[in-house]
Amino acid sequence: MIVPPMNSPLLSVDGVTVDFDGFKALDTFSLVLNRGETRVVIGPNGAGKSTLCDTIIGRVRASEGRILFEDADITHLPEHKIAQRGVCRKFQAPGVLPTLTVSQNLELAAQKDRRWWRALRQSIGEEVVSVVDETLDRVDLTARRAEPAGLLSHGEKQWLEIGMAVATGAQLLLLDEPTAGMGPEETRRTAELIRDLGDERTILVIDHDMSFVEQLQAGVTVMHQGKFLFQGDIEEVRKDPEVAAVYLGHTA
Amino acid sequence: MSDRTAAALEKFQAFSARLDRLPRWTPYAVVAVLAVAAPYLLSSYDLNLLGRFLSFAVLGMGLVLLWGHGGVLSLGQGVFFGLGGYCIAMHMKLSDLPAGELPDFMVWSGVTELPWWWAPFENPVFAVLAIIAVPGVFGALFSWLVFHRRVGGTYFALITQALALAFATLLISRQDWTGGFNGLTNFSNVFGFSFADPATPRGLYWVTLIILAACFFGLKWLLSSRFGVLLRASRDGENRVRFLGYDPANFKIAAFSIAAMLAGVSGALFTLHAGNISPALVGVVPSIEMVIWVAVGGRHSLIGAIVGALLVNFARDRISSAFPDLWYYFIGGLFILAVTFLPNGLSGALDRWRGSKA
Repeated sequence: MIVPPMNSPLLSVDGVTVDFDGFKALDTFSLVLNRGETRVVIGPNGAGKSTLCDTIIGRVRASEGRILFEDADITHLPEHKIAQRGVCRKFQAPGVLPTLTVSQNLELAAQKDRRWWRALRQSIGEEVVSVVDETLDRVDLTARRAEPAGLLSHGEKQWLEIGMAVATGAQLLLLDEPTAGMGPEETRRTAELIRDLGDERTILVIDHDMSFVEQLQAGVTVMHQGKFLFQGDIEEVRKDPEVAAVYLGHTA
Repeated sequence: MSDRTAAALEKFQAFSARLDRLPRWTPYAVVAVLAVAAPYLLSSYDLNLLGRFLSFAVLGMGLVLLWGHGGVLSLGQGVFFGLGGYCIAMHMKLSDLPAGELPDFMVWSGVTELPWWWAPFENPVFAVLAIIAVPGVFGALFSWLVFHRRVGGTYFALITQALALAFATLLISRQDWTGGFNGLTNFSNVFGFSFADPATPRGLYWVTLIILAACFFGLKWLLSSRFGVLLRASRDGENRVRFLGYDPANFKIAAFSIAAMLAGVSGALFTLHAGNISPALVGVVPSIEMVIWVAVGGRHSLIGAIVGALLVNFARDRISSAFPDLWYYFIGGLFILAVTFLPNGLSGALDRWRGSKA
């Protein structure tokens, strides 16, 4: 297998506009994410961070511009086809399947063949079982594998969903506020998990908890009112007067 | 508490403790023995009723798959029940006739030639295949159209109800093709077995029981397969499933089509037991009643669906023979009670009772 070189673009968001009846949630927004890169997108509420995620996974459609993944145009593909190409998202509110067990949640994610008639069997492939075990270990849920996911604590649900995204084998992980509702210790462990994942995957994280963003040690893109505002490392973001103005509520 | 009630309570507790010591499969064995013994224990009238209601249970189990595990409420199962029923009824009508003659109601309506789509039903193999294929294909097409447009929930239920209304109206209005309001009736034999022969009803009961058992075990397998897991996952988190790379619409379409085929088989078996099929059995009200059987028995449980179909329909038979006007009040009240106090039906209540003891 030919492994594409690092530092070649994996995802390009190219001049995308999303128009909700006249309100531009994204306004000619562009972003390029290289293979193996971890990037954090921050911005005040309503900056369009979640809409960016929604647009990449096909939940919301761009009225202008296009989205390229592995050099193919995915702007108009159905959602499940985009996911099959290797883009997986963790939602802001944990989207685990509450009535299924923790393992079953991961099994669904780890399954490679997602056509419905392939599900007409009782057994689970060895390959899937090993991915599930590995992921359980990684998100520290091995002890609770047989419990319904609905019984997990909020933080554990967040981890399980990150684990599901990982288990799909997706190249690109979109993590929408992965530490929402977590305490400082859980946040620290989540940052560790994401740094660990960042060694092998390309990750786009959305958050506005600055201490968490610091712990990720990644490049930061700042959005404001659907537009690109600034890009740099966390120190540069801190020092930038325009970013400060946006966060303090003044117009720059 | 008086001494007598205390003693009675103690006796009951001792009895229930003894029940708990029996092997887990005991209730299944008891039911199986009763089902096999029924033809020798029941009057021919009651055996006929049991056969009809076991036919209904086949449809009910389809609703467990579709509604209980797929989260899709269909108020139009009567349509598929009717399609299956009319398929076998058309065959029996044609097989009763000398070659070249038309069914009586067509003659009365001034039809001179058998409609082209009636003709193949003379062939018994075609008719049997059609009982499954016609509802299955129609169900697949209908649900494909609707689910790919992301219509769900209440809107879906309303569309299926409209479908039931349209189907019953169509049957009534095309009297020359369907026998109209009276439907199809007066069959003398099925596949050469005369209904006048007392062995035929008994044979029909066995056929129904075997089909019911086959559907039960088939569905049990399906619900425990990965398909079942994905169906429940689509019910609880459609978006999560979609963004894991599955198309939830396909799982719902498959469940809807299977439920439609089971409804077709159910309708055909019922028609054999009842000796007629008519628009009154397939419209809006019967379709809602079908949902109530399953709501009462428990929509997540196959056994619940069978129990619900039997219980509600035997109650219907007893109540409507004693008080013909009261039945609809009764079933309406039953539905409200089930939804309010037993959201998971009798099987859910039983699970809770077992859970509280454990």
